[in-house]
Amino acid sequence: MAEITKEEIRQPENLIYKKTDLLTDKALSYCPGCGHGTAHRIVMEVLEEMGIQDKTIGIAPVGCSVLAYEFMNIDMQQAAHGRAPAVATAVKRLNPDKFVFTYQGDGDLAAIGTAETIHACNRGENIVIIFVNNGIYGMTGGQMAPTTLPGMKSSTSPYGRDVHTMGNPLKITELIAQLPGTIYVTRQAVHTPANVRKTKKAVRKAFENQKLKKGLSFVEIVSNCNSGWKMTPRQANEWMVEHMFPFYPLGDIKVND
Amino acid sequence: MKELRLMKGNEAFAEAAIRAGADGYFGYPITPQSEVMEYLMAEKPEDRTGMVVLQAESEVAAINMVYGGAACGKRVLTSSSSPGISLKQEGISYIAGAELPCVILNVVRGGPGLGTIQPSQSDYFQATKGGGHGDYKLIVLAPSSVQEMADFAGLGFDLAFKYRNPVMILSDGAIGQMMEKVMLDEQRPRLTEEEIVKNTPWATTGKTKDRERNIVTSLDLDSAKQELHNHALQAKYREIEKNETRYEAIQCEDAEYLIVAYGTSARISQKAVDILRAKGIKAGLLRLITLFPFPTEVISKLADQVKGILTVEMSAGQMIEDVKLSVGCRVKVEHFGRMGGIIPSPAEVVDAMHNKIIGG
Repeated sequence: MAEITKEEIRQPENLIYKKTDLLTDKALSYCPGCGHGTAHRIVMEVLEEMGIQDKTIGIAPVGCSVLAYEFMNIDMQQAAHGRAPAVATAVKRLNPDKFVFTYQGDGDLAAIGTAETIHACNRGENIVIIFVNNGIYGMTGGQMAPTTLPGMKSSTSPYGRDVHTMGNPLKITELIAQLPGTIYVTRQAVHTPANVRKTKKAVRKAFENQKLKKGLSFVEIVSNCNSGWKMTPRQANEWMVEHMFPFYPLGDIKVND
Repeated sequence: MKELRLMKGNEAFAEAAIRAGADGYFGYPITPQSEVMEYLMAEKPEDRTGMVVLQAESEVAAINMVYGGAACGKRVLTSSSSPGISLKQEGISYIAGAELPCVILNVVRGGPGLGTIQPSQSDYFQATKGGGHGDYKLIVLAPSSVQEMADFAGLGFDLAFKYRNPVMILSDGAIGQMMEKVMLDEQRPRLTEEEIVKNTPWATTGKTKDRERNIVTSLDLDSAKQELHNHALQAKYREIEKNETRYEAIQCEDAEYLIVAYGTSARISQKAVDILRAKGIKAGLLRLITLFPFPTEVISKLADQVKGILTVEMSAGQMIEDVKLSVGCRVKVEHFGRMGGIIPSPAEVVDAMHNKIIGG
């Protein structure tokens, strides 16, 4: 069999996968093995497939994805810690024909921004919230998060989370599913190709809901934080399946079609 | 068309905001300024002009809604009173850092803490020296009448967009609550999408193919770039100082004794000047309209002319620091004020002029 040259490989007919133009060429600042990069790609692919990138405004949080606007090639605002749902509320109310989403981590969404999260959900703002839950504060160096599991070690729970003194992990996704303003609440993951496909479907559904003016769609993505968890990427994914998924079970929590 | 009405200061501000072509108001109830949102809700500005009015879950959420709206190039505003303005400081710092235009009304009440619901001017430092974290300045307008509560809504938006800078209207509980006649401007049309894209090309209006993406942020992890941003902000503030200083000099031409005051204190002081003049004392009043930029030069010039300066503030003495910096020890500068929500009387101001300046 003749050897295939690089030039031949680059022929359009041989192209089976391409990075969406909605991701910039800048190298991701996330740790290798982190789920953020995949989550970014999924959101951007959905915008591109729906052809709504020129009408979309994204809101980046404070946390590991504070620099999401460096990678997402759309108009973006960077919000104060926890305030993205309030920021997104005004963006959508003032621009009802635009698509608006927030992209937030667990500390941002479920600790400092709990009030903004619950009230934006309760008002039924017609936006999409992408919630990446890795059970830890990644950017600041692995501190305990509202979603850190009982007994789980972090830099501020070095002997493991003691629920008697440190409180219980907050299942905020189940909590906001109770609110009448949310139309679609789901929990997904991105650690296998099958899960990536499911997450993409969920994100697509969320933006379709916004297009139909149905109300607030909330997509949680349970992810790993291998550096914060002090594991290799592979160990982190295995630990996530073994420990995070039983506490944060995957699947749709609320679907109002 | 223009219209003459009898209104509360808070209501006049709300009506003027609609007429200034505001796109959105985001607020949270607090005395003594709740009439702003009450008036807006009753007026249904959504029907009148398409303006959005939303009661937020907190002051924190309200100011972040302002951030989001302003980042889209919209004319947005919020209002509150002292404890609520303290909660908004985080958002105001971000808005100043990201250079977003907006109008923030503070109908000041006495503090610290929950304090009182009565009028005060004890938020001067917070308004003029930054308030939140980081090096920044707000443009600060100080209304002393219901008419100015109305006028400064439109002026506030004009200055905010001219400089991409938050504007604070530093009022107080007396100006907010009292009723006076007010001439309202005619309705300005809200800007169209096309006008917003043209006027504010930096705004997040959706990345079209003909331009790079717009990013609104106050973050730069590269210290060298962040310092450049800080320098640019400071250059802007110097430009604002050069162009936008506003004040009203009342009987200052031949004045031997000067009162410097703003807002409610300026109204009281004007009466005190009349009493002093009737007694044959050549008193004058410099009423400050902008607190930042501060009218340093005019105070400096007057310091060469007068024998003494009395500052009148409903506080322990905050503005007096800027007056003293302007005067530089050339003449005596003393403070008179009441606190805790008490408004001084003209007679008290006259006494203070006698005791602290003329006879002091």
